[in-house]
This record gives sequence, structure tokens and C-alpha cells, in this order.
Amino acid sequence: MNTASEIGASPSSRAAAKKQLSDRFKTYKHVWVFIEQERGQVHSVSWELMGVGRKLADKLKVDLAAVVIGQEGEASQAAATESFCYGADLVYMVADDLLKDYRNESYIKALTKLVNSYKPEILLLGATTLGRDLAGSVATTLRTGLTADCTELDVDADGSLAATRPTFGGSLLCTIYTLNYRPQMATVRPRVMPVPERCARPIGRIITLPLGLVEDDIVTKVLSFLPDRDSARSNLAYADVVVAGGLGLGSSENFRLVRRLADVLGAEFGCSRPLVQKGWVTSDRQIGQTGKTIRPKLYIAAGISGAIQHRVGVDGADLIVAINTERNAPIFEFSHLGIVEDAIRLLPILTEAFRARLSPHSRDRIAG
Amino acid sequence: MHLLVCIKQVPDSGQIRVHPVTNTIMRQGVPTIINPYDLFALEAALELRDQFGGEVTVLTMGPPSAEDSLRKALTFGADRAVLLTDRFFAGADTLATTYALATAIRRISSEFGAPDIVFTGKQTIDGDTAQVGPGIAKRLGLFQLTYVGKISALDLHARTIDVERRSEGGVQLLRTRLPCLVTMLEATNQIRRGAMADALRAARATILKWSAQQAGVDDISQCGLRGSPTVVKRVFAPAARNEKATMIEPDEQPAEALINAIFRCRPALEIELAALARGY
Ligand SMILES: Cc1cc2nc3c(=O)[nH]c(=O)nc-3n(C[C@H](O)[C@H](O)[C@H](O)COP(=O)(O)OP(=O)(O)OC[C@H]3O[C@@H](n4cnc5c(N)ncnc54)[C@H](O)[C@@H]3O)c2cc1C
Ligand SMILES: Nc1ncnc2c1ncn2[C@@H]1O[C@H](COP(=O)(O)O)[C@@H](O)[C@H]1O
Repeated sequence: MNTASEIGASPSSRAAAKKQLSDRFKTYKHVWVFIEQERGQVHSVSWELMGVGRKLADKLKVDLAAVVIGQEGEASQAAATESFCYGADLVYMVADDLLKDYRNESYIKALTKLVNSYKPEILLLGATTLGRDLAGSVATTLRTGLTADCTELDVDADGSLAATRPTFGGSLLCTIYTLNYRPQMATVRPRVMPVPERCARPIGRIITLPLGLVEDDIVTKVLSFLPDRDSARSNLAYADVVVAGGLGLGSSENFRLVRRLADVLGAEFGCSRPLVQKGWVTSDRQIGQTGKTIRPKLYIAAGISGAIQHRVGVDGADLIVAINTERNAPIFEFSHLGIVEDAIRLLPILTEAFRARLSPHSRDRIAG
Repeated sequence: MHLLVCIKQVPDSGQIRVHPVTNTIMRQGVPTIINPYDLFALEAALELRDQFGGEVTVLTMGPPSAEDSLRKALTFGADRAVLLTDRFFAGADTLATTYALATAIRRISSEFGAPDIVFTGKQTIDGDTAQVGPGIAKRLGLFQLTYVGKISALDLHARTIDVERRSEGGVQLLRTRLPCLVTMLEATNQIRRGAMADALRAARATILKWSAQQAGVDDISQCGLRGSPTVVKRVFAPAARNEKATMIEPDEQPAEALINAIFRCRPALEIELAALARGY
């Protein structure tokens, strides 16, 4: 990725770059999605990518392939089968017991071998710790471009991948191309794209390649794995209702108003980045480009200005409600409902009003 | 032991402003800082040096003014600083950046001994890609340890390192061999204040300044804009939604008005919320 300072320095020279794909890259075809397995479970970001991958493949009139790399046996087989239900035309698979745990060395080997053998034009991975670790290495091995943390992917008129991501320093987005190298690689964070509808479909073609490594070839060893306790993980990314607060709240004490409303709604609470930097809220609660992406049915943002880095984390919400004292706050540009009010005053009465409105129902439910 | 830390000078994001009319970034007068994530890497390196002995080299690629960041790193206690600066490096994306940094690290190796561990931050706050670390590791053939929360053991005789690596859903305890590249997670340590003696030394220290040629670059076409496979085609402001937000005019009962509006927009929500809501 190019840094903003450089974009600022010479936007025109970059925009003028021409596509001149060398002959050796012209054979690169089809869209691939890396299917990430987490201890035998497919990470849902993979299905989210299959949705956007399908759209790109249809536009380009090429195949969509799922790339399954993992331990030999049931889990990888199931991941392959499931990929067809999420729109894959075919599956490439490297399954080997050496791939049980993620290790950079063995996974780069598997993925670069597949790319060099079957030559995709587009390769998408989730921007998870695994996906980022792998994508950076593979792109460097292949000497191709990689655009991180995209919020939108499309193909333009000449068939190039247009990868859009927020850029540094406020409310700007930039669209990045990998004009003359293949594959065009991009990562997308979990929850940025919707999960496509799952349709039961028969298993299609699965092309397998051997890994071609023995354990002694791999220097890095996994000594152990300590799974996170469930209680240590917030469900922010997958919550149906989220209430968040920003700097407009003025103090860490006032952030309690956000937590109280979230509590009454049975919602998860979140915040903008400055609150994490100030130490008011822990980093797992940050929403936005460098925090969590959420897709709730209802998102209530109190005292948040709506910078692009925050917006990209919440754009997938069904209903965005903003409370801000400033009528011109950017958040009103993308929220569905807005109210110009002091959040410190409104949050407590809103909490009470919700409690009054919702409690009869909840009593019915408990009684029923 | 030789520890090398890659740091980047970045504009202080808290003070960045976007020009309201032209939508370009207004960089004038914005102070620069060491990328905050890189301080965790620097502190981790300093701690290892204090424990095992040896030297810490800091390396940055940037404009001549990036010297300030290197000097700052020296005040924290780094032993040597190298600034890679050349107009050929301008406009580099991550692939071109890792070419330049890896080349400079080779030159540093031949002058001062090969680093046992190369450190980078998790990511920068301006580029924000987390790709530069893995790219350097690949180019130099170093074992790669990303998202490291803790270096739990180091055996200089066996040349092995054990780390706790954050992964999806848990922590991996990994063992690999030196030399390796570590990208440190945030909030894993706290940068020291730096001793008075270091501050005095830093003020007088000579910072090695290398051009592309001095760093040992033999292929200029792999540097900067020319060496970057990615091209920024368009920078633009995000579109507003088609319909503007419906504004609830604050009246005597703003809370009720807001709740009514929410349920008018999404009638199904009322039932779902009632189900979610905690019973009191
Ligand atoms: C590389 C990079 C990554 C970033 N990643 C993220 C990210 O992941 N998530 C994120 O959130 N930000 C991120 N940021 C920061 C982002 O650019 C903004 O600085 C940040 O979102 C602003 O937070 P805020 O809205 O809480 O504060 P401010 O921008 O200061 O806004 C406060 C708002 O509160 C309003 N207000 C004041 N008083 C009241 C009151 N009493 N009642 C109601 N409203 C009030 C004000 O009108 C204002 O709109 C990132 C920045 C960079 C450079
Ligand atoms: N120009 C640079 N000079 C030195 N180190 C850098 C530079 N750019 C990136 N890095 C290092 O690579 C890490 C990841 O950067 P990025 O890929 O931009 O998110 C940073 O935390 C730095 O340690």
C-alpha cells in the first residue's frame, strides 16, 4: 500500500500509469478465494469473500475457485464441499497433516505452489491474523501487488481489479490497481462484506496438489495452542444491536451511559478509536478500520463524528442512528436517523424510555 | 546479539486535517512521530539487549527529516541509527519498501554483523497494511513470527526462539530458529523513558545516511514508484447516502420521538429488541 503522504505528493503521475500486461501474465485467469480454517472450522470471512468473489467472477465471465489448505481429512473435505454451496465452480485443495496448525512456512509453500500451477488473476484472503501473515509473504514471493483491508472490490471496464480502501488522514478513500502483475491480491476484513446466501449444491470438481514437504523441512514448530476463553471474547462483530460512544462523551465516566443503554437493549457496546487511545475503553471494543467491523440490525452512535475510518466499520449496519450536537457532523451523511442533541443528556432518558417501552414484552417472553 | 528495529516516521494522525474544499490531506505543520506500533518493537529489542547483551540498530526509510525519529530512538537507548533516504525511494508501495529495507539490512549485516532478530511494528498508522514485516522476512529468508505478544524464551546456543503469537481464536506458542523477523503486537510493553546519558549521546550521535546506491541497491527499477506493482488510481471522498439522514427534531420528548422513528423504520426491530432486552 502506498502511504497517503505519497498519494498527496504525486497523484497525477500514479493515475497516469498504463496497463501493459506482459504475455506471461495473460494466461492468468479466474478468481480465487482462500478458505481459512481455524482449528477445523471455516472462518466466516471466507464465505463473505465468496460472495464478492462470485460477483467479480461473473463480471469477468470466469470461474470462481475456493482454495482449501488444511489438515488431511474430514474438516478440509467439509470446507471444500461447503465452498460449492457458497458459489464455488471448483476447489483447489492441498490437504496434509503438516497443515493442521497454521504455520507461515508450510502455508506459503502450499499457496504459492497452487498459484504457480493454476495461475489465478485475482486472489482474495481475509484480513485476519492468518490471512495477513500469509498474504504478505505470498505477495512478496510472487513479486506482485497486494492491497490490504479493502472495503470494496470491483472490476473495471478493462477487467482490472479495482480495490478500494480508506486512506490515511480523514475522510478519503482510494482505489488501487495492480495493473501489470498477477495475481492481483487483496485482503478484506471480517464482516465488511455480507455473507451470501447458502444454497445446497452438489460437489463439483476438486483439484488436489500434494504439499511436498516432510515435517523436518519445516523449521517452525507449534509447541502448544491456548484457545481464548469465550468470556474473554466480545461478540461485537456479530452482535445484532450495538451502542457506541465517541469523544463527544467527554470523559470515561460518561462512557458508562453507553454501557447502560447497551445493557438495557441486550446489545454489545463499542467506541471510536480515540477512546481506546485514551485508555477509557479496551481495544477489543474499537469499531472501524483498525478495530472491528460490525453489521448489526441497529447501530446507535453517540458523540462520534463519523470519520471514514469509523464509517467503514459500520457501513454494513441495517439502521444507523446518530446522536451528535453538531448538525454538520459527517456522521449525518451516512446515518439513517439523526438527532442533534447532547448525548450526555439524551442517553439516560433514552435508556429509561427504551426500558419502559421494551419491558412489558420481555415480561411476556419470560412468562411464556 | 544484534537486534535490528525498523521504524517509520509518520504524521501524527491526531493532528491531520483534510482540506474541506479540495479533499486533499493538509500536511503542512502536522508534527511527525515514530509510528506508535514501532515503539513496542523497539522496547522489546532493548529489553533483549539488556538481558543478553549486544546492540540495537534502528533503521528507517524516509525523507531526510526522518532523522528526527532516529534520534528519538537513540534517546530511548538504541545504539546505532541508519537513515535510508533517496528520491528514488519516493512513492514506494510495500513491495518496493521491502526491497529497499531488505537491501539496507544486507548492507548493515556486512558492516556490523547480521541481525539475529529483525523487529517491525504490527502495522503503521499511515500505510496500515501490516505487510512490510512479512515482506522483509521473505526477501531475507528469515523465519517469520507475526503478532507476537511475548518472547518467552531465547536460546543463543541452540539459536532458537519461543514466542506467543496471537492467532484467530487463541495464542500459538511457536518455536523457530534464528535469525527471524518478529512483528510485535501493541500494548505488550511500555517504551522506557531513556537515560540522561542516552539523550546526551543521541544529540551528538552520527546517523548513517545512505542513498540507494550506498545501501547497495543494484536495481533502481525495483525502488520507489517504478518498483511498485500497485498504483493509486483515484482518491475520493465517500459518497453520502442517497437519502440524507432523517433528522428527529428535538422536542419535549426527544427519547420517545427517536424510539418511535427507529421502530417506524424497522418495525421488526421492536419484537427483536424485546427479545434481546434484559428483563427488569
Ligand atoms: C490509520 C487510521 C486508522 C483509524 N482507525 C479508526 C478506527 O478503526 N475507528 C475509529 O473510530 N477511528 C479510527 N481512526 C480515527 C478517526 O480518523 C477519527 O479521528 C475518530 O474516529 C474520531 O473519533 P470521535 O468521532 O470519537 O471523535 P471526534 O472526531 O472528536 O468527534 C466527536 C464528536 O462528538 C460530537 N459531540 C461533542 N460533544 C457532544 C455531546 N455532548 N453530545 C453529542 N455529541 C457531541 C462532536 O460534534 C463530534 O462530532 C483512524 C485514524 C487513522 C489515521
Ligand atoms: N519506511 C519504512 N521504514 C522503516 N520501517 C518501515 C517502513 N515502513 C514500514 N516499516 C515497518 O513495517 C511495519 C509495518 O508497516 P506497514 O506494512 O506499512 O503497516 C511498521 O510497523 C514498521 O516497523
